[in-house]
Amino acid sequence: MSAAKFSNPVVRWIDHRLPVFSMLDHTAHEYPTPKNLNYMWNFGSLAGLSLVIMIVTGIVLAMSYTAHVDYAFGSVERIMRDVNHGWLIRYIHMNTASFFFIVVYLHIFRGLYYGSYKAPRELLWILGVVIFLLMMATAFMGYVLPWGQMSFWGATVITNLFSAIPVVGESIVTFLWGGFSVDNPTLNRFFSLHYLMPFVIAGVVVLHIVALHRFGSNNPIGIDTKGPQDTISFHPYYTIKDIVGVALFLLLLAVAVFFYPNAMGHPDNYIPANPMQTPAHIVPEWYFLPFYAILRAVPDKLGGVLLMFGAIGVLFILPWLDRSPVRSARFRPLFRIFFWLLVVDAVALGYLGGKPAEGSYVVMARIATAWYFLHFLVILPALSIFENTKPLPKSISEPVLATTGEAV
Amino acid sequence: MRKVFVAATMALLAVTGISGAAQAAGGGDVRLEKQEWSFAGVFGHYDKASMQRGFQVYREVCAGCHSLEYVAFRNLADLGYNEAEIKAIAAEYEVQDGPDEDGEMFMRPARPADRFPSPYANDNQARANNNGALPPDLSLIAKARAYGPDYLYSLLTGYVEAPSSVSVPEGMYYNDAYSGHMIAMPQPIYGDDVTYADGAPTSAQAISADVTHFLMWAAEPKLETRKRIGVAAVFFLSIFLIMSYLAKRRVWADVH
Repeated sequence: MSAAKFSNPVVRWIDHRLPVFSMLDHTAHEYPTPKNLNYMWNFGSLAGLSLVIMIVTGIVLAMSYTAHVDYAFGSVERIMRDVNHGWLIRYIHMNTASFFFIVVYLHIFRGLYYGSYKAPRELLWILGVVIFLLMMATAFMGYVLPWGQMSFWGATVITNLFSAIPVVGESIVTFLWGGFSVDNPTLNRFFSLHYLMPFVIAGVVVLHIVALHRFGSNNPIGIDTKGPQDTISFHPYYTIKDIVGVALFLLLLAVAVFFYPNAMGHPDNYIPANPMQTPAHIVPEWYFLPFYAILRAVPDKLGGVLLMFGAIGVLFILPWLDRSPVRSARFRPLFRIFFWLLVVDAVALGYLGGKPAEGSYVVMARIATAWYFLHFLVILPALSIFENTKPLPKSISEPVLATTGEAV
Repeated sequence: MRKVFVAATMALLAVTGISGAAQAAGGGDVRLEKQEWSFAGVFGHYDKASMQRGFQVYREVCAGCHSLEYVAFRNLADLGYNEAEIKAIAAEYEVQDGPDEDGEMFMRPARPADRFPSPYANDNQARANNNGALPPDLSLIAKARAYGPDYLYSLLTGYVEAPSSVSVPEGMYYNDAYSGHMIAMPQPIYGDDVTYADGAPTSAQAISADVTHFLMWAAEPKLETRKRIGVAAVFFLSIFLIMSYLAKRRVWADVH
């Protein structure tokens, strides 16, 4: 720790005792980053930005929100109508939640395509899946807070899933509700947990970044960096590149917030919760639809719940399902085809999750669910054995130099 | 790879958007008549004259059964009324206040800070007076239905003769815009139901459009501010995007 590298004496004095400036300097200048990262590597910083926006707007919203079944809906309307710029804060919170999931889904599929989950980054990947799970729990509880029709019935359907657990299921559901139906105790604990969880996420994000900095970013070629010729400093190269992503993200977010604020929500949530009246179709928020489709594809309740959680469970063991030593799909012709089939499959599941569970929709949802698990449990292990991968470049600088020279 | 990813992202967004719209549309064979609303689009704004007429329709036609819980008299300033006019409008209503020093609740004329009083004391009274059906509160109705304004307009103009194959039960009415077609609300607007001070047309379509305009404002009173800020925000962020991209190109120029 050489405090001498800072010219400002105050900075030097502080850094000698509390090396925050050395840490920043290390991250910005010494931390080597592969020089060939494309724009798909922007989604990590964008997810971090989303989390910050959610926490800041959420804290402000909590100042005017009332967690009580008789007042919650009215307090949200109060925010929308009477709190200064309350409508803006709430619309930002609502829409950033959706954007957070868009960004994280792209981040996950980036990792899948370039094999970012492979050794030595298994724990980095697993921590990411943990964040994803925490995000889903947080988003679900947040959607309950306005206490609209979809809030109430979504909460009823999802918490009821736990009743599928043999023997103790019913007791667990009563415990979750704090009573014998979704009611005031449920709303109160969901508000409490919804406020807590983002900070838990922030903690896991720190671990995620620590694990990332251990070996540095993976890259589009998927081979390790071989030396200084393969890397550049994070600042200014990736700070400026991240800012380009931030600008585009904020632009799209602004379009949603200011011109289509309710497009990703459900109109029924502007109807106050009514336990005596079930909506025609209970649908969760769009980002849960693929999992909702898997849940409903199975005729057995417990089986559906197990498969739904299993869909995320397979992500935890993914590093050991795909044993191919080649990371990037660029050098795995077969894997690349199956990757895009998985993308189509996931989108199809999302589409089917928003449809009523009847007729051909159920059949298609079953096929798509089967394909999802087939991909992870059969195809990936098989590919690791049978696939002929293309030869890898010797280093990152080699192909980069080749493409900047004559046409390849 | 990058291009494919971008294309896939677009496709994903498109599909989720379509499925959202599809699920919102709901029950099959209902009529939805799209209208040209002044508040639609990026530069959308409310038409004050239309809102004032719509408010009159609400007062003279809808308010007998439907509450407007989240709207206060003071909010009517958005419709172009001045303070004195709002005070006069509020004073036409009676609201309960109290308790006074004797511990009694009492009725007094409403003030601008009060919200519109409900026509019924509670939901049960509302049902008892409406054949068992509960007239919904109208303050959010334009956002609480898919394609809100177009839906409201279609519903209000959707009372037609039932097809001969359909038998309409006692106390129900046939409406081709309502999911399932059987609605408990009798036809509220026939044309010439109100007399407008400004001499605007009073056909059933015109009255329905005016009251829909008013209800959209009731549901989304900050729409004009929102869109105005939105135009500035999008303009600013577009410049920011271009500048940051150019800066990125400059910084990366020496990387090979």
